[in-house]
Amino acid sequence: MKKIKLATVWLDGCSGCHMSFLDTDERILGLLEHVEIVYSPLVDIKTFPENVDITLIEGSVSTNEDVVKIKKVRAHTKTLVALGDCAVTGNVPAMRNPFGVEATIDRAYFHLVQHNPLTPSEYLPRLLDKVVPVHDVVKVDFHVPGCPPPADTIYYALTELVRGRMPDIKLMTRFGK
Amino acid sequence: MTQTITIDPITRIEGHAKITLHLNDSGTVERALFHTTQFRGFEKFCEGRPYYEMPSLMARSCGICPVAHLVAGAKACDQILAVKIPDTAGDLRRIMNFAQIIQSHALCMFYLSAPDFIFGFDANPATRNIAGLAAKNPQLARDGIRLRQFGQQTIELLGGKRIHPAWIVAGGVSEPLKPDHRDRIQVQLPEVKDIAMRALATFKPILRKYESEMETFGNFPSLFMGLVDEQGNIQHYDGKLRVVDSAGNVITQGWDPARYQELIAEAVEPWTFMKFPYYKPMGYPNGMYRVGPLARLNVIARCGTPLADAELDEFRSKYGYPASSSYHNHLARLIEVLYSIERLEQKLSDDSILDTHVRAGAAPNARDGIGVAEAPRGTIIHHYHVDQDGVVEWANMIIATGHNNLAMNRSILQVARSYVNGDKLTEGMLNRVEAVIRAYDPCLSCSTHAVGQMPLHIELYDGNSELRDTLVRDSA
Ligand code: SF4
Repeated sequence: MKKIKLATVWLDGCSGCHMSFLDTDERILGLLEHVEIVYSPLVDIKTFPENVDITLIEGSVSTNEDVVKIKKVRAHTKTLVALGDCAVTGNVPAMRNPFGVEATIDRAYFHLVQHNPLTPSEYLPRLLDKVVPVHDVVKVDFHVPGCPPPADTIYYALTELVRGRMPDIKLMTRFGK
Repeated sequence: MTQTITIDPITRIEGHAKITLHLNDSGTVERALFHTTQFRGFEKFCEGRPYYEMPSLMARSCGICPVAHLVAGAKACDQILAVKIPDTAGDLRRIMNFAQIIQSHALCMFYLSAPDFIFGFDANPATRNIAGLAAKNPQLARDGIRLRQFGQQTIELLGGKRIHPAWIVAGGVSEPLKPDHRDRIQVQLPEVKDIAMRALATFKPILRKYESEMETFGNFPSLFMGLVDEQGNIQHYDGKLRVVDSAGNVITQGWDPARYQELIAEAVEPWTFMKFPYYKPMGYPNGMYRVGPLARLNVIARCGTPLADAELDEFRSKYGYPASSSYHNHLARLIEVLYSIERLEQKLSDDSILDTHVRAGAAPNARDGIGVAEAPRGTIIHHYHVDQDGVVEWANMIIATGHNNLAMNRSILQVARSYVNGDKLTEGMLNRVEAVIRAYDPCLSCSTHAVGQMPLHIELYDGNSELRDTLVRDSA
């Protein structure tokens, strides 16, 4: 059987959702018999491939580069999954929205600094005025809430998607916890 | 005309960043920059929220070492309450912190770094990962998964959740340890201790093989900082800050973390979102210091547990004191895993750990709280300033990877100078530049994958920093 191509992408999140995916522990070895990880922070492939079957997205969209990235991921992915509250709602990163970028930068790089206060801007992406969830930018096929979603939920959702079925996770999620 | 090589994204680290190497006309690396490309703003958006939300909120800065942030945040809150927390609560927090060290070090060693050691730095990038490891050496991969699982399960048995448990709180912990949960952790200890010993036996000879990497992966004199107890033993929860110099002389001793601002200051550079803390008495950038597993082994007198101390002796006799290459972080991590298991054995076998008085209550009594802890990657500091009702007015966080920022940049330059030469670029050379970053196990938790960039992206800059030409190569 041809292996399902899986990608995992990290936008503005804390990596906790990726860690929860790893919390499937040794079940991941079984998964790897049906699934090939074609792009992920865990492997060394640096170009997002064409024709990915399933992509898990952790994190919200918070820079201009995130926007470019997520559009490219969408274009090359059959089933796009928003994994965790940051991707689903904006969650913690979106807490900066009411303050605005300028005030947030001001606190970090001027108020709390003793040497060379300035706004970092070289080689770096531009911060969006407003942090948004993934579905604000591209169509999302499936949402898995939780902060992070439990490993069992991720495992169940993934194995269903791998089999070509739409998972029903209503009873397996915890919202904002 | 100068030339810039960009490695983007850096893979197999926790979080994402990119590196640019700046070559001169003769193809020699002149400058190497480590760019952290995501900015999150925790120090601002916590404003206006009650102090007791801080441990759980600030822990969302990192899904790999949230427990260390919970500890530092809760200790800061204890100070705002001005309470002494019950002894059992302190021990329970320690246990969870040890569990986290085990899982996080297992992640770094087995999932992220081992592929370099097992397959070699020049191996095919397509197999150089945990899946490749599982195919080649299933036992080793299973050991790594099991060790990480043990740490995560222990966290869950204590706090109800593996990642971001809301159990470490202002004044202590929210629930006592249930006797049957204690038993379930305890029965696993012999097995994971065997795994830790086996991992040391496996990796010690392998790590020794890579002599030239040892020589160049961040091998330079610097200061080292970490927490120690009154006897100078290793500490991950309490203790005072100690700084040693490159010759191993203690230059700061018994420093109360509450006075961190006199010891550490921060600088900014325009090309990265990560700030540059430095040892204030020596100024910027001379006050470069390192934190983390290697730094901890370099600042302490002893570990204080028999097996870990035996390993420490062997480590020092082989690599000297203080060991100066950041490469040794890998071995230091395995020693700390063993140490953490020994400490879990001690703490869990004492029945006082089941005491049900685990939280002190009070209203806010102080305006400032400063909490410190040793995270897997090094010292972290949380400082909250609140108004009289306990509403946060501002906060400052200095995290482990930040402390290492100056040293990481210096290390990349060292590796790049040894392995990268402008006219013959190979994937293995560039992987070594990334691997030195992996040695620090940076927890950036802020990632940017530049999707669409090819593995090797070479940009040519002229003397005025104008982009003149771009060359894209396929992976080597
Ligand atoms: S949803 Fe929670 S666990 Fe996942 S990235 Fe966001 S903060 Fe981290």
